[in-house]
Order: sequence, then C-alpha cells, then structure tokens
Amino acid sequence: MYLLMAAESDGFFTKTWDVFTRYQPLFLNAIQSTLLVAFVGTIAGLCIGLIIGGIRAVTSHVEQTHSPFTKVANKVIYGITSIYVEIFRGTPMMVQAMFLYYTFFAPLFRWTPMMSAMVIISVNTGAYMAEIMRAGIQSVDNGQIEGARSIGMSNIQTMRYIVLPQAIKNSFPSIGNEFVVNIKDSCVLNCIQFSELFFIAKSVQGTIFSYAEPFFIVGCIYLLLTFVTSRILGMIEKRMNHKRSSYPASVTTPQANMLNKE
Amino acid sequence: MENIIKINHLRKHFGNLEVLNDIEFHVDKGEVITIIGSSGSGKSTLLRCINLLERPDEGEILYHGKDILKGTMDINHHRTKIGMVFQSFNLFNNKNVLDNCMIGQIKVLKRSKEEAMQKAMYYLEKVGMKEFAHAGSTQLSGGQKQRVAIARALCMDPEVLLFDEPTSALDPEMVGGILDVMKQLADEGLTMIVVTHEMQFAKEVSTRVVFMDKGVIAEEGTPKQLFEEPKEERTREFLGRYISSR
Repeated sequence: MYLLMAAESDGFFTKTWDVFTRYQPLFLNAIQSTLLVAFVGTIAGLCIGLIIGGIRAVTSHVEQTHSPFTKVANKVIYGITSIYVEIFRGTPMMVQAMFLYYTFFAPLFRWTPMMSAMVIISVNTGAYMAEIMRAGIQSVDNGQIEGARSIGMSNIQTMRYIVLPQAIKNSFPSIGNEFVVNIKDSCVLNCIQFSELFFIAKSVQGTIFSYAEPFFIVGCIYLLLTFVTSRILGMIEKRMNHKRSSYPASVTTPQANMLNKE
Repeated sequence: MENIIKINHLRKHFGNLEVLNDIEFHVDKGEVITIIGSSGSGKSTLLRCINLLERPDEGEILYHGKDILKGTMDINHHRTKIGMVFQSFNLFNNKNVLDNCMIGQIKVLKRSKEEAMQKAMYYLEKVGMKEFAHAGSTQLSGGQKQRVAIARALCMDPEVLLFDEPTSALDPEMVGGILDVMKQLADEGLTMIVVTHEMQFAKEVSTRVVFMDKGVIAEEGTPKQLFEEPKEERTREFLGRYISSR
C-alpha cells in the first residue's frame, strides 16, 4: 500500500504537473508567442495571398483580344509570382528560416527572432494563400463579373466588392486550415531562437534533464490550441453558410404564395 | 429621329467561326426591338457587343454619334447608360436584394445612400419584389431573381435596356410574370432590345423585329410584316419550324 502510493506520488502525471507548475510562466508566455506568430502569419499571409493570388488569377489566362504587349506582360508577371510560390511551397520553412535569418534578418536588419519569425511565417503562408486565393477567385462564376461590369463597375471595383468577398467566403475553410497548420508549424521557428512552445520545451528539458514531461506538456497544449481553434473556425463557417432567414427559398412554398398575393 | 445606337459594318469571329458578319443596325429612342433567330445565329453576341461585354473585331458602334470602340471612350460610363439583363440573372451572390440594386448607384454613379435606397425601393416595388428587399439573393427563385435583376438595371437609369434571353432559364410558369414586367416597361417608353425565343412577346410588344441567321441580319420589319408576310425563305422556314415545334 505504501509502495503503491509512493509510486503514484512519483508517477508520470504528478511529475508532469510539477514541471508544468514550476515553469508555468514560461509555458504561458510560449503559448502567447505561438498564437501571436500563427495569427500574424495567417493574416499577413492572407493579405499577401490576396494580392499575389489576385494577380495570378488575372494574368493566368490570355485572351485573344489582348494586345501582344499585354500577353507578354501577363506571362512575365505570372512567371515571377510562380517563382515565389514554388520556392516557398517547395522548401521546408525551417530551411527558409535558417537561411533568411542568419544571412539577412539578424546580421543586416538586426531584427529580433520574434520579428524575423513573423516575417518568415507570413511570407511562407503567403505562398500557400496565393494558390488558395487564386483558386477561390477562379471559382467565382463569370456571370458575377459580367453582372458587375454591366452596371459600369471598373475592374478594381468588381474585384473588391463582388469577386473577392465571394472568393474569401468560398476559401474560408482552407484559410482557417492554414491558421491551424501555422499553430503547429511555428515550432520549426525554434531554430532561430524564437521562444515559442517547442523552444521552451527544449529549454525546460535542458534544465531538468528529462524529455518526457516538457514535451508531453507542449503536446497537450498544441492539441488544445488546434482543437479549440478548429472548433471556432467550424462555428464561423457554419454561420457563414446558414444565414437564418424568414424568406421562403422557392416561390412554390406556402409563404411565398402569401407574399405574392399581396 | 436621332439614332441612340448606330452600328456599322460590325464583324466578330471566334476562331474560324464568323459570328457577326457585316452587321448594320440602329436603335431609335422608344423602340422595342426583339431579335429572333436560331441558336448560334449571333443574336446574343450582337447584344453583348452593344455594351462591350464582347469586343467586336471590326466596325463601328456609334452611341449618340460617338464611336465606343475608340480607345478614348470611357467604357464603364457607357455601360451605365446601357443596362443589361442576363439569361442567368447574375445577381451578386454576396449581397442581398436591396444591396444588389444599390451598389452600382453608390459606387459607380456616386449617389448618396438615401437616394440610392429610395430609387432601389421604387424599382423593387415596380417589379413586385419590395417585400424581398432584405432577402439574400441566393434564396430567391429564378423568376424572383430576374425581377431583381431588372430592378438592378433600372436603378442605373439606363437609356437603353438589353435583355439577353431573359426568360430562357425560367420555369414555364414564371415566364409570364417577367414578360408582363417587360411589357409594362415598354409601355412606359423605355428603349429596349430583347433577344428572345418568346414569339408571342415579339409579336405583341415589339415595334421592330430583327431576324438573324448565320451572323447576318436576314430580315427586319414590324411584327406584322415579319410574322405574317416574311419576305425571306429562311425567315419563313425558321418561323414555320418554331410554330410546328410548339
């Protein structure tokens, strides 16, 4: 009996809890950093993606009516954006971080790891968002554009008021998914001394000479963060798709007949 | 009478296909012109050239004497003067009914919100959709969408309204209502060009009927002339086919 209790008081969970309470301020700080970088990266990445994706959607197709100059310009611009997208989607973020931080950000710009982490994750997410937004923009029915042009809206007005709102709505699940991915993938930024969750777990491990507890703790934290985030995103998505309305969906429903008779 | 629109030697091809072959066409104030013809005869392309949704290869489109194909023309301004109603409605899915009718007025014509709202409600009432002003545009039936689309076009105070097969995508029982709205607009003196397969409408409402075949205007005249004494063999053939298929 005594033995069992002794084993329990020294058990894994008790020990983990001890580690957590002892280093609680560190873990809480790391949660903040991780969420901040993931959030900033997603929003800034979305902005980059809107611009680059918009450009790619416009320049990806060549029309017969275009002048030769426009055709060449379209190809060149599309090519440049492709290079950006291919490089940042085709190499690991950890490699991008190491290269950019130690060649440019730290020695030349004197940026902190936090600042550099935000820039790297934004540029990386931007490349993914560009493809998400390009697909989102191209999924908007051409009739929407013709409708807007037919009442005299310019290309830019059509994009801003009609196409982009629908493109963002259509690609909202993918945009939200990028946020969840960023919460997890920000862990590779520990390689530039950015003190997010993984970095803190490693330092705690270095202090207590034990791997299990700190990494179990951050594992739980990551799971909690991604779980809560995806639930929230799911709720937002549901609300966007099912706007409650008292209007009948078809003219043949009884409510519609009532309205029509007025 | 002054021509609002005068089209000279208009040509357009898609690949090897001549869609419009040397079209001569004019529109006067107050006219209700219906364009009939079989599929692929170029009727919709001609209509879409008038507000430059389609760019012709050659020829002139004069709007009050000014060629809109010249580079110096402000196309967006021109389009506010030429309204368009589409076969597939093309209401903005991200806006409710009222906003569909207001956004062009506010963003393009720079009207105040109050003025735009007033005008939108006026025309929505006219097409019988006032009760649905705050409904989402994706919640409406086809007939309702087309009514809103007509109101949206009217809100811009166009000088000419183009209809591109406005009833072709509708359930049969919805067609009559839309045609009634169009008839009412015609009676009020709005200048309209209607591409349609509704021969009864063409017969009763239009002041001039244009029959197109293989990219050319084969015959035009008053409904009486064209439907009762068609001069051209192919007009007779088309009308005969149409009546027998009904």
